[in-house]
Order: sequence, then structure tokens, then C-alpha cells
Amino acid sequence: MDIHALQQIVHKTRDARRQQTISKFSPAERDQLIHKYHPDFRASAYRPIRFGPNEGDKTVVELATLLEGDSSIQDDADLTAHYTCDVLVIGGGGAGCAAALHAHGAGAKTILATKLRLGDSNSVMAQGGMQISVAPEDSPVTHFIDTLKGGHMENDHALLKTMVEDGPSIAKWLLELGVLFDRQADGNLHVKKGGGSSKPRLLTCSDYTGLEIMRVLKDEVINQKIQLLEFVAAIELLSDEAGNCTGAIFKDLDNQRHVVVAAKCVIMATGGIGRLHIQGFPTSNHYGATGDGLCLSYRMGAKLAHIDTFQYHPSGAVYPEQLIGALVTEGIRSEGGHLVNAKGERFVNELDTRDVVSSSIIRECEEGRGIRTMSGRVGVWLDTPLLDAEHGPGTVEKHFPAMMLQFERFGIDISKDPVLIYPTLHYQNGGVKIDTNSETNVKNLFVAGEASGGLHGRNRLMGNSLLDLMVYGKRSGLTAAGRVGSMKQGQLTLKHLQRFRADAKKHGNVSGVISPMILPAYTRKVS
Amino acid sequence: MAQDDTNVIDQPEVMTPRMVTIEIAGKKVDVPEGITVVRGVGCLGGFCGACATYYRTKDDPKVRTCLACQMAVQDGMSFTMMPPFPARKATYEIQKLKDPKQDLFNLYPEAPLCRNCNACTEACPQKIDVREGVWKAVFGDFKSVSEMFMDCVMCGMCTPVCIADIAPNLVALYVSRAQGAHFSEKPVGLDTRIKEIQDGQYNKEWDKVLKMSDKELAEHCATVK
Repeated sequence: MDIHALQQIVHKTRDARRQQTISKFSPAERDQLIHKYHPDFRASAYRPIRFGPNEGDKTVVELATLLEGDSSIQDDADLTAHYTCDVLVIGGGGAGCAAALHAHGAGAKTILATKLRLGDSNSVMAQGGMQISVAPEDSPVTHFIDTLKGGHMENDHALLKTMVEDGPSIAKWLLELGVLFDRQADGNLHVKKGGGSSKPRLLTCSDYTGLEIMRVLKDEVINQKIQLLEFVAAIELLSDEAGNCTGAIFKDLDNQRHVVVAAKCVIMATGGIGRLHIQGFPTSNHYGATGDGLCLSYRMGAKLAHIDTFQYHPSGAVYPEQLIGALVTEGIRSEGGHLVNAKGERFVNELDTRDVVSSSIIRECEEGRGIRTMSGRVGVWLDTPLLDAEHGPGTVEKHFPAMMLQFERFGIDISKDPVLIYPTLHYQNGGVKIDTNSETNVKNLFVAGEASGGLHGRNRLMGNSLLDLMVYGKRSGLTAAGRVGSMKQGQLTLKHLQRFRADAKKHGNVSGVISPMILPAYTRKVS
Repeated sequence: MAQDDTNVIDQPEVMTPRMVTIEIAGKKVDVPEGITVVRGVGCLGGFCGACATYYRTKDDPKVRTCLACQMAVQDGMSFTMMPPFPARKATYEIQKLKDPKQDLFNLYPEAPLCRNCNACTEACPQKIDVREGVWKAVFGDFKSVSEMFMDCVMCGMCTPVCIADIAPNLVALYVSRAQGAHFSEKPVGLDTRIKEIQDGQYNKEWDKVLKMSDKELAEHCATVK
């Protein structure tokens, strides 16, 4: 049928739905729904990791294969350093920039290396906002409790407490750098309510929060003249005799040559894994999100946490074809947008946590109440015109300019017509286990941002990622910088790799897979 | 799942894609109509500004600009990607600026030399009125500039077209940061919260929460709605 004919049911049922309140599920109902429909519970998609620090732990097949993968570096590789520094930051997204700025600010000679350009990251795309408890009726403790509930009580308490308490000072730092957060009439920071949160707590820069923060941080990295290495991909870490981290080997993507960097501390800020397309899901992640930091840290002996759980953002675009997987910001639901099935019914409280909302969308689609596209995808409607009906004409355009523009390019006016959505692979809830200084169990190896794990439990709350990046980027940068003054540069060896290879051999791993992936291979796949 | 046709969107373009011929950097290629120039490689969906591209439609002499990831192809289009342009970025310590509106003329002395040709505005794939923004910056209306350039993805397509050698996106970035750092109200509530945390005002509540058993904590969480 014509898409406009299919959308009629959304328009027709709008007024009736506006009268409706849908209560949140009880804890028992939530559990039941998630266990039945959430992709984290598809047993066939998982297998135990055969060896290494997380031997026996289950994760998705795609990740297990990469973690067990071999390095492209030969045992006898030339390890003569091309660059030497105090702090080496790997990754140029939010966590990497925050880490580099703080390490540099504390006096450490810092290099920031990234496999794409400075700033090419998921951080830039973050639209929903950043959770910080600044409102008078809110508190860091409430932020802690909300996050814990969202994470199914499995969050690392110390990491979480640190994040929520550091939050307000992060907001101050960003404001001083010139980030333009939305304000109330009295000059205080405007806060929006996010899914799974009991209080309005999202700081926003319209729907460009990530872009605005990253524009400023990138500019600051350049202003501070921090040494940048762009288009170099980390392919192996370096260790000394004691197994401590001492640097990294990169591949220059322009000429395929190796670049060796000696560093007293390494901060891994390589982001997530969306481009592994776990369980065949489309992803909202950028091209470089291939979990490189997980593989590198794992080979070095760093323990991973919660790597069996991923976040599928409820609203990835399904139509038009050009936007498949792209995010439709949660902000639309925060402002009251309904999710509507093919029968014109709501089926979930739209502000429940992401795992619950995603599971309920999958349920509707699996039970035949979805809307299908001719390329074989399925989804439900997100009633965007409702925002104009509810808050006055022009609301969608004013509050979601990025979203409007993105769809307008394909002739779709989201203030007039609903958008078809389905969950999209969005975030790696777990990652490399860190302490409150962002350090791993491998000495002098720090991990910050999405590549780290423990803080978010089994489901990250909306808006907590941007804060996580800044808090642990800062902590890693400051801790590393505080340490390097009294340190000598350690030897550059591949001892850890020899150990890893011996372990792999013992377990008969001959998959032939080389990791990290660096960039995903998209052969002709008709989507 | 029921396989009836009632809830299927018609997409003739998906079922039988019409192939069109386009030209990328001088090479002719056949692609399905309607796809974006950069596609499927998993770009940042219009937020990163990396795929700044010049294009021309069939028989039209006008060369236009776009973000390739956001441009659907038509028959006879020709494209070429824009390499990074060597624009000069001024460096500054944003917090240490004494008079940011005056400092603009030291950092970007070319900014007031705009000759109103409007090429920057025409080049902007984000539909920002760039020319107007440059003038507002020069006249000290930093607030308007910061609002106008919130959509800027720093693709830099406004820069090579400028006959006065202004890099409008970099000027706007400086102006926006100065607006945030120097001319926006200080949020009083934020300072209050920071002080509360420093003074240990939440310590009692933390002690209570952190000492709870898993069961107690779960019960406590259930009461927070």
C-alpha cells in the first residue's frame, strides 16, 4: 500500500491516544518481556570465549571471534619508536578529546592518535543530551538510583557514584569552554526528562548536543596544539617485562606502514562495536565502531565486564532505505511522541528504559502488528506530528532541526507524517573493566568511554554516555598525567602477544581471523 | 508473521530499481536511482562534514555543493569530492580573552572584508545564511551567530568559495565559543549543586544507599518513580 494510506491510522487514532495513559510495566512484566524479545537473550547468538582473561564467559559470536583473533604483528617486528610521549590517547571522539585535554592541561606530553579524523565518532551524533543532576529537585543520589534501575542493578557502584558526583563540574568545564547548553529564562540550565529517569536531567544543545560539544572540544584540542596523528589505526599494544603497557603500534592507513609510539601511559578511547552488526542488526554507529580497543586490551590481559549485553536503541529509521539504522532521537519520545502499531494502538510506555521499549517493538513486529517494507524490513510508527498537535505548530521544527533536515532531504516532513522505526544496534553496555581512575587491571593502560565497562550495568540510561565520556576521559587523563612525572619509559616488547599466541595455540584457535577489524568490509549486500 | 500485503509499504524503487548513470570524479558508473552518493559505508549520517562534494545535474551549468551522504542521485549527475581546504584557523585561549568582540578582528582580520557575494550561503549544505552570520559576527551580534550556526557540521564548503579569504565556519566557531564562555549568563543552580557536593551534603544519603543489601537497594529503587 501507499505509505500515506498506511499512515492514516496514525492520524485517525491520534486524538483518542492523547487521552490515554499507559502505565509502565511491573518489574516482573519487564523481565518477562526482555527475556522473550530482547536480542541479548537470543541464546543462539552467543558462545563462550575459549581463552584469555574472560575464558568461559559468553558473548556474541561476532565479538568472541575478534577477541580470540590474532594480531597482524609478527613476533620479530621492528619496535623502534617513531614518536615518544608521556600519554598516548587512542581515539578521537568525546572520551579521547577529554582525556587528551586534561592530560595536556596537567602538563603531560600528549599524543592523540585516531584511525579517522579528529572527532569522527559516535559522540558527534549524540542527539538526546547529557544527564547531569543540576535541577534543585534532583540530586546525584537520584541520578545514581535511576541509572541503577536502568542497568538492572548490575552497575558498578563505585564507578557510577563517581560519574554522577563529577557530573556538575563537567557541565561547568564545558560551559567555560563555550559549549552552548540550552537555558531556562532565568539563565539556569534547561533540563529535559529522558527515558528511565525519574527527574528531568538532560542537558541539551537543541538536538545537536554531541555535535556542539565535539565542535568545541576538537577546536580546543587544536588550540592547545596537542600532537595529532590522524588516519592511523592501532593494531597492537606494547608492554614491558612486567606486563605493563608502554605504547602502541599503529598502521598508517595512507601508506600501510607501521608507526610505533612509546608512551608511559596509554588511554584507550576507541568507542563501541556497532559496525560488527551483531545478530544482523543495522546500527546507528559510525564507520569506525569496530571494537578495536576491546581486542587490543584483551590481548594485553585486561579483563572485560558485561560483554554479553548490548543496547538496541528503540528508534532506528526503517524508511526510507537511505536512512536505515540512522537514529531518530529519543527526544521525540521525551516530548511525548507515541509508538503506534499497524492497528493504531500504543503498546508500551514510551519513556520506559530502552531495553523495555525495544523489546516491545520487537514483540509487536514478531506478532504481526508491524508495518513491512518491500526490502524485507519491519517497524512501527513513531507519531512525530503529535508533538505539533500537543505543543503547538512548529514544535518539531524548533526542537528537532537536525531530524527535520535529515528526513526532508528524502521528501519526508516528519512534522506532518509519522516515521517508521525499529530497534538499531546502538551501544555496547559493557567493555574493558576499569577502576574509578579509569585504569584497567593492566598497569598504565586506561580505558575511557564506550570501550570501558561496568558503569552502565546491563542497559545504559539515555544521556549517561556523554557524561561517562567526559568524566572518565578527564579522570584517565589526570591520573595518567599525574603519574608520568615520576616514571621512566618502559621497554617496548611484545611479551603479552607471545603469551596470548601460546594460549591461543593451546586452545586450538586457528580461525585465521585478524583483529582488530579497523574498518568493516561491506561487500555488495542488497539491503 | 502474517505475510499478507495489507501492511506493506509500496516501494517500487526497491523492487525494480531504475539504474541511472552518474559520473564520479570523471568516471561513469551505473547505480540505482535514489541512493545517496556515499552510502552503506556507515557514515555519520550528515553530522560529520567529511563528504563535502561538488555536483552538477544533467545539462545544468551550475555547480552545487552537498554532503554526499545526504544527496540522492539522479540520472546524469556528476560529482567530485572536495579535498581538505588549507584554511587558516586562529588559535586562542578562549577563557583568557579580555574583549572577545574586539579580539575577533585580531584573530580573523579578514572577517570584516566580506564583499557580500553570498557564495558562502549558496555553498552551505546545512542551509545556514552564512553571509548574514559573518556580518552579524563583525557587528558583534555573537548571540545570533551562535544560534544560526548550531547546525554547522564544519564541512568547510563555505571557505574555498570566499573571495575575501574568510573561513566563515571557523569565524562562527570562535564567535559561538566566545558567546558561550563570555556572554552567557552563569547558571547559579549549577554552582550551588557543585558546592553541595563539595560540602558533603549528600554524604548521609550516600551512606544509607551504599550500605543497603541488594534486596534493600532493589526495594528502595522501586520507590523512586
